[in-house]
Amino acid sequence: MHMLQELSWKVGGQQGEGIDSTGKTFATSLNRMGYFIYSYRHFSSRIKGGHTNDRVRISTVRKNSVADELDILLAFDQETINLNARELREGGIVIADSKFSPTLPDNLTQHVHLYSIPFTKLAEENGAAIMKNMVALGTSAYVMGLSPDFCAPVIQSMFGRKSQKIVDQNMAAVRAGYDAMSSQNADFSGFQLAPATPDQHLLMIGNEAVAFGALAAGARVMPAYPITPASDVMEYLIKKLPSVGGVVVQTEDEIAALNMTIGAAYGGARALTATSGPGLALMMEALGLAGMTETPVVIIDTQRGGPSTGLPTKHEQSDMFAALFGNHGEIPKVVLTPSTPEECFYATVDAFNYAEKYQCPVLILTDLALSLASQSVTPFDYNYVQIDRGNLATPEALAAVEPGKMFKRYERTENGISPRVFPGQKGGIHHVTGVEHNEIGRPDEATSNHINMMNKRLNKFADIELQGSISYTGDNEPEVLVVGVGSSIGAIDEAVTRLRNQGIKVGHAQVKVLSPFPTKTLQEYMNRAERVIVAESNATGQLFHLMQFHGLQHKAMTSFLKYDGTPFMPKEVEAHLKGAVPAWQQ
Amino acid sequence: MSTINDFKGEKPTWCPGCGDYGVLNALQRASVELGMDPEDMVVVSGIGCSGKLSAYFGSYGLHTIHGRSLPTAQGVKVANRDLTVIAAGGDGDGYGIGMGHFIHAMRRNVNITYIVMDNHIYGLTTGQTSPTSDTGFVTKTAPKGAVEHPVHPLQLALASGASFVAQGFSGDIPQLSMLMKEAISHKGFSLLNVFSPCVTFNKQNTYEFYKSHIVKLTDDATYDPTSKAQALLRVSQEDAIYTGIIYKEDRPTYEEMAPNFSETGLATQDHSLSADELEKLLVQFQ
Repeated sequence: MHMLQELSWKVGGQQGEGIDSTGKTFATSLNRMGYFIYSYRHFSSRIKGGHTNDRVRISTVRKNSVADELDILLAFDQETINLNARELREGGIVIADSKFSPTLPDNLTQHVHLYSIPFTKLAEENGAAIMKNMVALGTSAYVMGLSPDFCAPVIQSMFGRKSQKIVDQNMAAVRAGYDAMSSQNADFSGFQLAPATPDQHLLMIGNEAVAFGALAAGARVMPAYPITPASDVMEYLIKKLPSVGGVVVQTEDEIAALNMTIGAAYGGARALTATSGPGLALMMEALGLAGMTETPVVIIDTQRGGPSTGLPTKHEQSDMFAALFGNHGEIPKVVLTPSTPEECFYATVDAFNYAEKYQCPVLILTDLALSLASQSVTPFDYNYVQIDRGNLATPEALAAVEPGKMFKRYERTENGISPRVFPGQKGGIHHVTGVEHNEIGRPDEATSNHINMMNKRLNKFADIELQGSISYTGDNEPEVLVVGVGSSIGAIDEAVTRLRNQGIKVGHAQVKVLSPFPTKTLQEYMNRAERVIVAESNATGQLFHLMQFHGLQHKAMTSFLKYDGTPFMPKEVEAHLKGAVPAWQQ
Repeated sequence: MSTINDFKGEKPTWCPGCGDYGVLNALQRASVELGMDPEDMVVVSGIGCSGKLSAYFGSYGLHTIHGRSLPTAQGVKVANRDLTVIAAGGDGDGYGIGMGHFIHAMRRNVNITYIVMDNHIYGLTTGQTSPTSDTGFVTKTAPKGAVEHPVHPLQLALASGASFVAQGFSGDIPQLSMLMKEAISHKGFSLLNVFSPCVTFNKQNTYEFYKSHIVKLTDDATYDPTSKAQALLRVSQEDAIYTGIIYKEDRPTYEEMAPNFSETGLATQDHSLSADELEKLLVQFQ
């Protein structure tokens, strides 16, 4: 029997109806079995009502994007069918609650099959209507050739603390769904999943990986203001920081959040804040202060649809210019753009070290798909975590400060990085100000001082490319080089693999650092390619223009933009690449 | 023991006669009398003539951006509870652009002292209406007189949960330094609003004006500063301006209330977690 190496499943219904927990139970159970999961939620900026769905891709190998087509759609209402059934592959199935007498759209009746199963009725028979999602999970298990007990460990950990009776009722509901599907006497051999690898992975969203990275990196203070899709970062740290003596301060606004982060970092803590576009806009003046005062802060920006309130629950990559150029005046900064939850973890660990090594603000730009998509993650390498607090004043240097003299916190050094002290240290008294200042931090408006100090700050990154600024896969001398950023890595890689399997030479460079921009490395990759296509989720081609801003040159460089609020799908990238080279279109 | 000289920073450039000299002087005296060491103090200031205090006072100093001294000062204190943190600014800085932070800092009750040099005018920008300017007060931005009602910081403070509220006058250094000592010693957020005349741009709220209008609560034996009812009554009276400790209460600070929060400064601790600890944290993601 042919078994599937991957399967794509979606559950949909009204927001507030338990769709999230259905998807999460399903994904967590399969992740524990060793399958690789990529789960992406569609939701709206409201609490109850409105269509929501969770799309889960289950695979025997790692996939970092949603699948092009669906195999199974679970529907708790007719709207779910109307909106999503067209994504089903030829021969795909809809399993729907018979309570609402589901029907297929006329144009789909020849291509997909509908199974009407009494989700609600079976749930009521086993305890309560609320367990209809468990019935639905049971139907999925049967179709996919899984045991109905596939979700038992997860259900045990979800409800075990409440009572064994609730666990038993939920499992009975799963089995009722399983049995109802088996009594359909249909052939589901086209939905059987190949066995999983024995590897164990974690299931995380990017926000959790960032928050965990901050914890591991020694961050102990997080002032922040709630905002979608960043709130998970503070919510995770609110739970975990107290166990290590740290604190999350929920501030009155994002202005307070970053200023308090600056205060905490100046006070000697490793501190971060997290926000999304509207909050980043409010932080700009304080970002300038952090740059001017050389205070190490870490700012997480989970990009969402803009401008203004924009699309708060939808995907976009349109804050790159704001992060790079949004503050007034000119400051040094590091801007990191990880692509996967693993990279979110390592980038956050790096961010705190960079912030203290270079004594400047570090921004981590994720995007909604990376922030919120739940993905199977390779366990982290803890040895990677080394806390490096950078250039701190030595006891000898502090002892050598003459009485009545101030410490040269902004001493001009060859690499522009001066020794740092924390308030409370004897001999370290100095002044810190957003006003242009001299080596001891006193205001100094002299023309020569301004030039010297601007150069001191801005030259910290002269000729520096941070490690891992670009990842590259594919052919060495490609006909087309795709350049991407952020969460699109999975969709691009998949498209590139498909084309290479067709004998087409393609390369893929994913940019992981926007500042300092890896100009030299990227130009080298571009020099080897016939064409360059820059793929990004915004309307104006910010990465494309950033490459031009840094003087990157290529005779045939074009932009591939998507800004409908959803991330790239592999088939979209594949089609665009094929369309770009006339010879590939046959 | 530290002396006044130990708390001297850069030579001030305020206008001769500026009320802010009195604030600086009183803060230096209070610090000496409290037996403080300069390296254990941080003055976090905003923008304006008042914002220069961080440079003129001889401790660690952090001169922030307009209106944001409070969130920054709270951050410093949260990072290191051993420090004495003093936020300072003017009426425009604290009651105009920074008003949101003012209200929230009081209800949050981080253990810092907030000194506001209130001169009822924007001085550094050469004479525009401030949030505490009296209605009808003529300035460059209100040539026919201010039409808005002035902010009342003490009423706001009492309503917002400030655990220490005091008012002083920079023309009365002995009382002012006493108030600073009380404010710094108070556990929790302390507001000290100081009438600090701008001799250059405000010809209405002058030293003479305050001398003739101020009623010192310190002279009133019947006044009980632990009574919020009495405090509210006094600060809402319009025929007198009170100085002294208006209100104080003993309330746990934010640092004390934050669950399991570190009691020692975070700067010098080793924050690395062992592989075991990290492994345990990841169990929830299995």
